[in-house]
Amino acid sequence: MFGKKDEELQSRKQEKNRKKKERVRNREIVIVTCFFSLLMLAVMGNIVHFMVKDSEEAINNAYNPRQELLATRNIRGNIYSADGEVLAQTVKAADGTEVRNYPYQNMFAHVVGYATKGRTGIEATENMNMLNSHASITNKIQNELNEEKNYGDNVITTLDTALQQTAYTALGVYQGAVIVTEPSTGKVLAMVSKPDFDPNQISEIWDDLVNDSESSVLLNRATQGLYPPGSTFKMITALEYYREHGGDVSGYSFSCNGSFSYEGHKIRCYHGQSHGSVDFTKSFAKSCNSSFANIGVQLSIPDLQKTCRQLLFNSDLKTELVYKQSSFTLSEYDTSYAVMQTAIGQGQTTVTPLELNLITAAIANKGKAMTPYVVDRIESATGATVKKTSPQTEAVMMTEDEAYFMTGLMKEVVESGTASKLKGLSYTAAGKTGSAEFSENKSDSHAWFTGFAPAEDPQICVTIIVESAGSGGDYAVPIARRIFDTYFGTND
Amino acid sequence: MGHVISDLSKYVITVFMMLYTLECFVAVATKKEHERGGVYIRQIICMFMVHFLGFAAICLETEDVSYIIFYGFQQILLFATIALFRVAYPEADKLVINNMCMLLTISFIMLTRISYQKSIRQFIIVTVSLIIGLFVPFLVSKLKFLKHLTWIYGMVGVFALLVVAILGSVTHGSKISYTINGFTFQPSEFVKILFVFFIAGLLTESKSLGQVVISAVAAAAHVIILVFSKDLGSAVIFFAGYLIMVFVATKNYFYLFAGILGGAGASVVAYHMFSHVRTRVIAFLHPWSNINDSGYQITQSLFAIGTGGWFGLGIDQGDPTSIPYVEQDFIFSAVAEEMGVIFGLCLILVCVSCFIVFMKIAMQLKEEFYRYIAVGLSTIYIFQVFLTIGGGTRFIPLTGVTLPLVSYGGSSVLTTIIMFSIIQGLYCIQSQEGKRNVRKERRRTAEQEAGEE
Repeated sequence: MFGKKDEELQSRKQEKNRKKKERVRNREIVIVTCFFSLLMLAVMGNIVHFMVKDSEEAINNAYNPRQELLATRNIRGNIYSADGEVLAQTVKAADGTEVRNYPYQNMFAHVVGYATKGRTGIEATENMNMLNSHASITNKIQNELNEEKNYGDNVITTLDTALQQTAYTALGVYQGAVIVTEPSTGKVLAMVSKPDFDPNQISEIWDDLVNDSESSVLLNRATQGLYPPGSTFKMITALEYYREHGGDVSGYSFSCNGSFSYEGHKIRCYHGQSHGSVDFTKSFAKSCNSSFANIGVQLSIPDLQKTCRQLLFNSDLKTELVYKQSSFTLSEYDTSYAVMQTAIGQGQTTVTPLELNLITAAIANKGKAMTPYVVDRIESATGATVKKTSPQTEAVMMTEDEAYFMTGLMKEVVESGTASKLKGLSYTAAGKTGSAEFSENKSDSHAWFTGFAPAEDPQICVTIIVESAGSGGDYAVPIARRIFDTYFGTND
Repeated sequence: MGHVISDLSKYVITVFMMLYTLECFVAVATKKEHERGGVYIRQIICMFMVHFLGFAAICLETEDVSYIIFYGFQQILLFATIALFRVAYPEADKLVINNMCMLLTISFIMLTRISYQKSIRQFIIVTVSLIIGLFVPFLVSKLKFLKHLTWIYGMVGVFALLVVAILGSVTHGSKISYTINGFTFQPSEFVKILFVFFIAGLLTESKSLGQVVISAVAAAAHVIILVFSKDLGSAVIFFAGYLIMVFVATKNYFYLFAGILGGAGASVVAYHMFSHVRTRVIAFLHPWSNINDSGYQITQSLFAIGTGGWFGLGIDQGDPTSIPYVEQDFIFSAVAEEMGVIFGLCLILVCVSCFIVFMKIAMQLKEEFYRYIAVGLSTIYIFQVFLTIGGGTRFIPLTGVTLPLVSYGGSSVLTTIIMFSIIQGLYCIQSQEGKRNVRKERRRTAEQEAGEE
């Protein structure tokens, strides 16, 4: 009996030994097996990453032949404004062919774009979505039986036809751009660029448009037009000065006699106007070039560069809109004249209305800039939501305190400065004007205005440029007022 | 009506593929064969459903019923394979048989959809390969002298590769095939097996430094010939197989790291020496800016996968033929496009489960020569899967190799079926030995007990 137990123990020990030996013998094989299994998991991870992250943008490429394939099965979906108006639709012509129709003609030309002769605007970015169909299965069976195509998905934009109409009319015969956004979300409510074109006629006018290199009609100036910022850049100069002085600018004063000289260079105020003794707020409100040139030469250029980077100059944006990068190139090796020029927005700096709007919206939104977007959601032909854009943060551009300080400065511009045409209304606006000189001929200047309302609880943010019109206060501010009025329902 | 059914069938196909894959890992995780019971039957049902739905979609989409006859032949072949293997080799691993048939099923569906003519050609080759494959396990377990032919494997292999390098015809810029009487062979495929036998033989003889150096020189000879034939994919596969075999045999990490370093160095040299290597690296790094020339293939492949989405466009509803050489190098992208990315991911997992089973078999083999062969063949298999799927999904640069069993290509499918069968043969040897041992053990204990009394 005793012996048997012993034997059992022995055999168990042997078994254990054998297993151990086997484990040692097989260790390398186990390592190799794990390695290759993990490698294949990495391949799978990469595929999932591509599907989630990059595939949507990738497949929208014009080189993807599956787009034409989908077009033979589905009728391209429509584009709607936020208030439910059709901005683009596919209609059957008398001969049975499908034609893209734009009921608002020129009004949404750039933002909605066109879909023949290449694609632009929403027609380009949402191409794949509109070609796809999420129609219900019964619907599809019905279409199949009737040998009809399925309806592609529709795009519901954030655009508001009333605001777009106002902005479009207000810009009148001038060239330029208007962009209206909602600071808390980044929704683009209106986007106008002039000169414009009728997307219904794109095939007929194509040759003229392409050959006309001077006015670049097809360019969406709101996102791709690079302009000198003019006095609107003083927002950035002011912000930088505020930062460098630890949030206290009460010690600043300047005596303006219409010009400022430094190291043999002279900066003049707009039309040589003399502003007398000004503090910081008044310098900003009156847009005093001399005072800001004086501020400019006191700034640390590396810090200014840092601030501009934070404000997304020279950087890529997350937005789906097609845009150009705004550029800030001043360095500490540049002359003091270049520094003064840059401080008042003249130098080499160029901005798009989109970028300026983004900075303004950040001020309105406690320092946080939201990524601008025009597509609110994709819906199936029967109205089911396929996907919805959720607002995302583009960048934190400044602290809440800095945003509050800037709002104060910009309110004063309306109250007692260059944007006084917005004063005394049922809402309080805040903003900054600019008159950007773009040629040697000093009388020519682009009129800028960028601002928001109501100042205490900003709901809309407007950026306007009117090319070669004159001063911002005279030409851009009235357009802003008409847009604000439309938005707040205080027309006439 | 066809569109709608094809549209719906893709979801059902995905579900069956997911079930199949799940069962694979249930089988891998279940230790005892007799506990796996229902797994194999359920897998065969899933396989049947995928096959049936795939061909139903093709028939409805094309409104051509002649595919039904072809489908019937495929069905017979698949069931015959499963039945015959099970009867002839009751010890064989049934999961491997199932997986082999599942991969062939996917291949049949996709190739028929891409090109009817090519799929018929492929079907005939697969049939012949399976017949050959049926005898391989028997031969492996009976022909004991296979262990002693080491240098013959090496010499035949190098000779075959040299012949192609010098006399072979140029396909897509690489000299990889050789035509005899209208049959085009791609010797680098068959040489893979010879190479593994060769290295296994060398390492069984001795694991001394000298022997490793000899094997390294011999392996380098294979790889260099392949590089000069511009068959980069095969060169990399041979290299990986060799490295892993040496590592497993010698248990020496130094060889592994030295090999990896050497491989990295060789890659850099190849990058500077050969313009076609540079082209592929550039296409990998910047596919979108070279979309018109060197990046064309990979971007088309990404379009296919991306447009297909998680559930695919539906069989015969996509545009896989827009990818150049889709039936060979990009079959995975075609599968993902029409049957969906989820299906594609399951396909990868099926390949991984094959590999794991192979390695488990290798672990159980006591005889070194057989062990090394099992390790070598499974490494070559999984590495080839890695190269082709990783290349087509822009995880690594393109190397232009086939997806074993799924891609179009006679040499590739024959070689893979033989590889699978060899491993099955090794497994049979092992379980026969195991049984014999058990019997011996029993007899011994019985004798002992009798003696005690």
